[in-house]
Amino acid sequence: MDDTSSSRAIKDFLAEAEEIIEKLNLDLVTLGDSAESGDYDPEQLNSIFREAHSLKGLSGMFGFNDICDLAHHMENLLDSLRLGKVSLDAQVVEVLFASLDSLTRLVNGKGDDEAFTLDVAPIMAQLEAVLSGKPDTETSLLAGIDPAILTVLTEYEEHRLSENLKKGRNLLRVKANFNLSSFDQDLAELSDLLKGQGEVISTLPCAGDSIEHLTFQLIFGTASSPEEITALVDAEGTTVELLRGEQESAVSPDDLQKGAVALETASPPAATVAPAVEAEESSSLRSISRTVRVDIDKLDTLMNIVGELVLSKGAIFSLADQIKASGVLELGTELQKATRLLERRLDELQKGVMEVRMVPVAQLFEKMIRIVRRVAGEHGKKVGIDLRGGETELDKLIVEDLSDPLMHIIRNAIDHGIETVEERIAAGKPEKGTICLWASQKGNHVVIEVRDDGRGIDPEKVRRKAVEKGLIAADAELTREGVYDLLFTPGFSTRDEVSDLSGRGVGMDVVHNNIAALSGMIEMESEVGQGTTLSITLPITLAIIKALVVRISGKTYAIPINAVLETLMIEHSAIRTIERREVIELRQSTLPLLRLSEVFDLEGPQVATDRSFIVVIGMAEKRMGVVVDELVGQQDVVIKSLGGALSFVRGIAGAADLGNQKTILVLDVGGLMSEALRGDNALYV
Amino acid sequence: MSKKILIAEDSTTMRYLIVSTISAMGDFDILEAANGFEALRILPREKVDLVLTDINMPDINGLELVSFVRNNPHYKTTPLIIISTEGSERDREKGLSLGADAYLVKPFSPEELQGLIRRFLE
Repeated sequence: MDDTSSSRAIKDFLAEAEEIIEKLNLDLVTLGDSAESGDYDPEQLNSIFREAHSLKGLSGMFGFNDICDLAHHMENLLDSLRLGKVSLDAQVVEVLFASLDSLTRLVNGKGDDEAFTLDVAPIMAQLEAVLSGKPDTETSLLAGIDPAILTVLTEYEEHRLSENLKKGRNLLRVKANFNLSSFDQDLAELSDLLKGQGEVISTLPCAGDSIEHLTFQLIFGTASSPEEITALVDAEGTTVELLRGEQESAVSPDDLQKGAVALETASPPAATVAPAVEAEESSSLRSISRTVRVDIDKLDTLMNIVGELVLSKGAIFSLADQIKASGVLELGTELQKATRLLERRLDELQKGVMEVRMVPVAQLFEKMIRIVRRVAGEHGKKVGIDLRGGETELDKLIVEDLSDPLMHIIRNAIDHGIETVEERIAAGKPEKGTICLWASQKGNHVVIEVRDDGRGIDPEKVRRKAVEKGLIAADAELTREGVYDLLFTPGFSTRDEVSDLSGRGVGMDVVHNNIAALSGMIEMESEVGQGTTLSITLPITLAIIKALVVRISGKTYAIPINAVLETLMIEHSAIRTIERREVIELRQSTLPLLRLSEVFDLEGPQVATDRSFIVVIGMAEKRMGVVVDELVGQQDVVIKSLGGALSFVRGIAGAADLGNQKTILVLDVGGLMSEALRGDNALYV
Repeated sequence: MSKKILIAEDSTTMRYLIVSTISAMGDFDILEAANGFEALRILPREKVDLVLTDINMPDINGLELVSFVRNNPHYKTTPLIIISTEGSERDREKGLSLGADAYLVKPFSPEELQGLIRRFLE
């Protein structure tokens, strides 16, 4: 393999390894929960085994020996578990989780630097200890089972077969004949039907009775009788046969022998399945896998190109206007028409690229399940998680950047919010606390709510702490929201000792900044004794935005259109002052105003008219009016970050290229609202 | 006409590795199946010259695929290589007794795989 294909392969590996780890994570959580009750799904355990197995095989191919060795040790333990040689208990689940943690760190580490490694010996020793501590209890009940059946079973399937026999279940063979064009759905339906009544141990395909058919023999363990199953799968060409069980005395060894013969010769004679090579079909067979995996950087590049195209289109548009204005009417009109067509196609292209970048937030939520489980475990608290709206889609980059803040919020909720079991019982609450993680789309925004049913935030406690820390004056009056606001102030922690989990030297102010960097907003609601809710409002995508271009004191700014609710023209006399703040009446409610010339200390020419324009901006439920001198128009802009040096500039989200070599600043609506409404009725980032 | 090789393997990355290893050898027509079902769909429609299969796949495992291939007069003699992570000795023996021609243990080197393919196709 040359360098490029090997680096592509490594990227592929990391992506697949991450997927496997996420799946392992999810499956282990389910397994852990059911292990507590002692009744787990063998198929679940088997899929965990397969995941560890795949990871071992993959990492071995890349020479990542640390991952390979650890996955191998996990696989050994999982193999013994699924073969019933080791019994599943809480200790085993814990060791598996710890191993998964190390695997996650290794894979993440190698994402940054392939040479990254960890000492996996201690965790491997733990895995071995668990393995050696358990006696081998497997006894084979397979003697007497038709060897022709056994020969196609993997060791695991053999184990499942003997487990079924151990439980005294009937062993049936279900034979079904399916059309080649739809056999996978048909077979899946049949399997699902059977799985309701028992366990499908093996699925053996054989050539069917005609060229267009395939026959499948399902070995099925069930407590139901063959007659019941026959009635259940009632379909032409499907037969049910008892191999071992209830009516065994009625079945002579001869019959069993016949069964074996039937299995061996189940593939019907020659002429049936002739390779029919048809040009169209063979070409359609090439693309079996319907998905491709793409590096997000490539999508970024595409998005940037689309962005540049959109800007070029803008330039052509204004050229067309100029041509028309210079008197060449016909040519100008034609050019305008052509540009409009271009615009429509560009819109589609832009939408298409945008859609490709969208991923369901479920990806993110699944990672959080693990956090909840671990943090709850470390605190000795009982916490369940309620996920909703996992299908809501967000830009991949936003999802990535949301991972840390969300994790932090959840840690906080468990650490500070959810009470201990004793406290909960004393408060008359269910002993198991709940963290809700709900996502929903609201227009151009996605709202993610993290809700806990814990003790809530006591405003008085927060106040005392803030006074102690010198953050506020001892006699300062605080609104409820002002209290929440304090929680987001750097250096504030309500616990005397910073918890190792939620503390880690950083507080909610980091969460606050992370969300702000995504042009998002965070609000808090809390009820003492009832719990706390944090709502994060995020734009669906960050890449290209439509913006309203405005002029204030001779300077030009862009306001993201998804935050603009409406624009108004008002007489100056309509502006009133309430509590030193300018407001106007808008449809029976009071709209606070913001003068950017004051925020940015602009000293440009004041427009001497008795009218002003107000741009009404809003996020979530909050509204504010920005006073501007002139509305220039609506335009697509590509936001570029100002970079580290200027990132502290308040009220500015970034710079945008207008397409005519002019760069303007884009207002950070969330930030401005936060600043202006601070202490009002919500907390803004 | 270039020889047709069917690869049944559920790991995308592993499939990619196998495909690139084989492509580097020359002109082969490679058919990819991400599971046993896809392999079953391809087999009757294509004249496959060589089958490579993983053992641990969901629903239809590699052994069952080997059994299917070997019990069908049309592919009775089609060379069949199992590629699987070292694991159960029993699975390996079964694979060979069901009629697989070779058993390649992951991790393998490109040369090992290429050597086997040459052995069966040249």
